[in-house]
Amino acid sequence: MKKVVSGADEAIQDIPSGAVLMLGGFGLCGIPENCIAALVKKGINNLTCISNNAGVDDFGIGLMLQKKQVKKMISSYVGENAEFERQMLSGELEVELIPQGTLATRCMATAYGMPAVYLLAGYGTEVAEGKEIRNFNGKNYLLENAFNSDFAIVKAWKGDTQGNLIFKDTARNFNPLMAMAGKITIVEVEELVEPGVLDPNFIHVPGIYVHRIFKGLHYEKRIEQRTVRKVSK
Amino acid sequence: MLNKEQIAKRIAQELQDGFYVNLGIGIPTLVANYIPDGLDVVLQSENGLLGMGPFPFEGEEDPDLINAGKQTITTIPGSAFFDSAMSFGMIRAGKVHLTVLGAMEVADNGDIANWKIPGKMVKGMGGAMDLVAAAQNIIVAMQHTNPKGESKLLSKCTLPLTGVGCVKKVVTDLGVFNITENGFECIEYAPGVTINEIIAKTAGRLTIAPTVKEIVL
Repeated sequence: MKKVVSGADEAIQDIPSGAVLMLGGFGLCGIPENCIAALVKKGINNLTCISNNAGVDDFGIGLMLQKKQVKKMISSYVGENAEFERQMLSGELEVELIPQGTLATRCMATAYGMPAVYLLAGYGTEVAEGKEIRNFNGKNYLLENAFNSDFAIVKAWKGDTQGNLIFKDTARNFNPLMAMAGKITIVEVEELVEPGVLDPNFIHVPGIYVHRIFKGLHYEKRIEQRTVRKVSK
Repeated sequence: MLNKEQIAKRIAQELQDGFYVNLGIGIPTLVANYIPDGLDVVLQSENGLLGMGPFPFEGEEDPDLINAGKQTITTIPGSAFFDSAMSFGMIRAGKVHLTVLGAMEVADNGDIANWKIPGKMVKGMGGAMDLVAAAQNIIVAMQHTNPKGESKLLSKCTLPLTGVGCVKKVVTDLGVFNITENGFECIEYAPGVTINEIIAKTAGRLTIAPTVKEIVL
């Protein structure tokens, strides 16, 4: 059960062009920086990326958009990523925008071995187009399918060589769900420890879901909206 | 007329002791600054936090700790982190008492549009569709008219919808409006604003409550 790999290059070496990837993170918070850099370096393309956002113009998945490596994004929020918005409006990039909770819950469905779930979000909107609708207790729900992806690429705070993971603060977000939903799950961590170091009571994702793990290097952890308050004295 | 801070301050009057509240990006975020003293209100951030605190002091920003608007924040004693599925699970299950969000358009039946202008602007819906579909009580905070001076309170939304029949109340720079069977009901007007101005700037069905009064902040 050797899960530890040398680094991002080895972890992603068999990801081919055309693959469907899940990428953890919310905005730039908790994104797998090392693996994204390695994907950019590898230069594969025609990728489908399932990720809440697409980074910013010059960081995160935005780097992959700049190099036209992404064929399709499945996301909930474009936000302030000008290149994403430009490629989407010009039709260069295929984009499926879905509600954030639907995105999370479709990951969860995959993680828990459920083929689909009924969700409220988007009823009566263009998100509902073509979807089965069913009424439960007077409310209309959309049938939403679990995701099928080839690889899940996530960032955790601490992990052990068995693949057990702990996330930090709001850098958790989609990471545990995607880690659990990947056919092949690749995890980069800030601290990689031996089995027994992490308290089993505080594991967020058990190692059974994790296939490859490595200690990431040189985290930039860029802040998108630095907001502070003045010291009041 | 109310400025953005005053709109937020008026919405804060809707808070009740024990409420779990989700505040959207923009004016709604400002509501956190006006939670009345003595009320125990817990802020939910849909990226995975209950118990959001104020912005950090300079030098104490943590890139791993942000709100749904990607702003650096802090926690308060008793806060909790969770993943995105649990976050929307608690929203969907009706545990969040109040959601405040911005809008581009609101219709007099409670429909809301706030995520897309076809061909021009696509920000994405983020968590807004999930929130409006599930929250118990939804208040919209927005300007009464768009930059061209056209009403944002309509009989029918012209932009792609975020949710149907879900908005309960709208607070604008001109007044406070409940959404009823008869459309918008003006229950309060802002200082310096006349009922005639509100009538002129509201495109959807509008009634004036018999008890209508000036907003007190």
